[in-house]
Amino acid sequence: MLTIATGNRAVADAVKAAKPGVIAAYPITPQTEIVEQIAEYVTAGDLDSRYIPVESEHSAMAACIGASVGGVRTFTATSSHGLLYMHEMVHWAAGARLPIVMANVNRALGPGWNTWAEHTDAFSQRDTGWLQVFVGTVQEAYDATLMAFKIAEDERVLLPVMVNLDGFTLSHITQSLDTVELGDFLPPFRLPHAIDTSNPLGYGPMTGPADYFRFRWDIERSMRDARGVITEVEREFAERFGRSYGPTEEYRCEDADVVVVAMGTLGKEAEVAIDRLRDEGVRAGSMRLRWFRPFPDLDLSGRDVVVIDRDYSFGFGGVVAHSLKSKTGIEPYSVIAGLGGQEVTYNDIADFVRNRHPGKEMWFGVSDHV
Amino acid sequence: MYEIRIHSRGGQGGVTAAKLLALAAFRDGKHATACPFYGAERRGAPVVSFVRIDDEPIKVYSQIHEPDLVIVLDTSIMDVVDVLDGLKADGTVLLNSAHPVAGCNGTCRHVDLTGIALAQNLVVAGSPILNTPVLGALAKVGIVTLPSALQAIREMFSDERNVKAAEAAYEELKI
Repeated sequence: MLTIATGNRAVADAVKAAKPGVIAAYPITPQTEIVEQIAEYVTAGDLDSRYIPVESEHSAMAACIGASVGGVRTFTATSSHGLLYMHEMVHWAAGARLPIVMANVNRALGPGWNTWAEHTDAFSQRDTGWLQVFVGTVQEAYDATLMAFKIAEDERVLLPVMVNLDGFTLSHITQSLDTVELGDFLPPFRLPHAIDTSNPLGYGPMTGPADYFRFRWDIERSMRDARGVITEVEREFAERFGRSYGPTEEYRCEDADVVVVAMGTLGKEAEVAIDRLRDEGVRAGSMRLRWFRPFPDLDLSGRDVVVIDRDYSFGFGGVVAHSLKSKTGIEPYSVIAGLGGQEVTYNDIADFVRNRHPGKEMWFGVSDHV
Repeated sequence: MYEIRIHSRGGQGGVTAAKLLALAAFRDGKHATACPFYGAERRGAPVVSFVRIDDEPIKVYSQIHEPDLVIVLDTSIMDVVDVLDGLKADGTVLLNSAHPVAGCNGTCRHVDLTGIALAQNLVVAGSPILNTPVLGALAKVGIVTLPSALQAIREMFSDERNVKAAEAAYEELKI
């Protein structure tokens, strides 16, 4: 059904369609609308689910872990400080191989206290074993949340998935949304290692170095297999519902001399900058990085690359710029922009391209090339 | 692309007005986005919301710096905010006021949305509801069609007084 919705509402509607058995969550700006809307669906009887209003995000993830290992589809949503507060449990969810789906509304971390968009919160969970996808439109927030359940629950993956959307810029924007009749797209949840009271087993006991090491390799093996599963699920989604997605979204890249790489809403805004640059005769394209874990293979050889990082790893550099450099060998022009919700327009992005210095780093509006 | 900036105070319904306008444009068959700009949210503080309407899908997420239309739901904001900042040369201003406001140019239109809301007894928590009558005024200006404006209101609100207020604003606004 075609309507309009905010990014938060789109996530809540996708969760309603996916019918998780347990939702445990704690509200935090700018995510609150997601869990409020889901709570309304549960209260109204539109979603037959157990909604657990917990006292903290750590408990939210703990409750999801308990429910998931019981063999139930689970969902939670958080943001920023909430995500970091559950950090220990975020590791646990992946290590216990539980296909929990979590929406993370990307928001900066204090101090200074700031509720606006930044990707540092998600990137701080980079090494936990969660899959991470970043969306750029309200429609994509809905579609990616639906696909997240199917990808996570695939027996070749069995890892949790984090769906990331920009705080306010996407969580609170209203755009068109086409909701779908799911049919049998999402098969019933089946966890091979679910608790079975007729066959008691130990969960989370002391594990020696040899077994522990194998378990870690098993996570990485599944992370590698996840690439193929993601492609399969995105292809099936396109066949059933007519909207196709991939590890990246490329725009006017075919003959581009210079490519802007960005994530989330900045990746969509970049497309407008590309049109402006093309009008000036600059052969520019953009590549919106959708999947961050597993990190996709990128084909950018022979082009100048401008990476916009809405994040920073202090003492090192932009996380996306350095990930790209390590994967491709390309020295990008690294632009740090949009931290804490800093306004970045398509004109600014076009300027990044016009004034690019490959191999240099620039903090937009703060410091020159260094 | 037609770009609209709405100035209001927290609690006056500027954010909802933006959503209603986007929904009405959407019902007209256009692409539309509504994005509120949130500061530290509190009742009474000046707030801004943005609406974009276009025939093509809209990829811009940044704020509107050169609006085609500025809507001011509370003219007392004009003492502290330059509501005309960046307004296009051929741009329009729509003020919630019973009278013309000094300092606003010939492109300025005014309609007493507060009076219309009070006449319909559309009051929540002591504040007149402005976000539904303003849709009627916007239909008169030609931003959306009146049927789509009324449909959008009915989709979001069950109280028919909202529709009556929008119709009254449509009648009262002089073009």
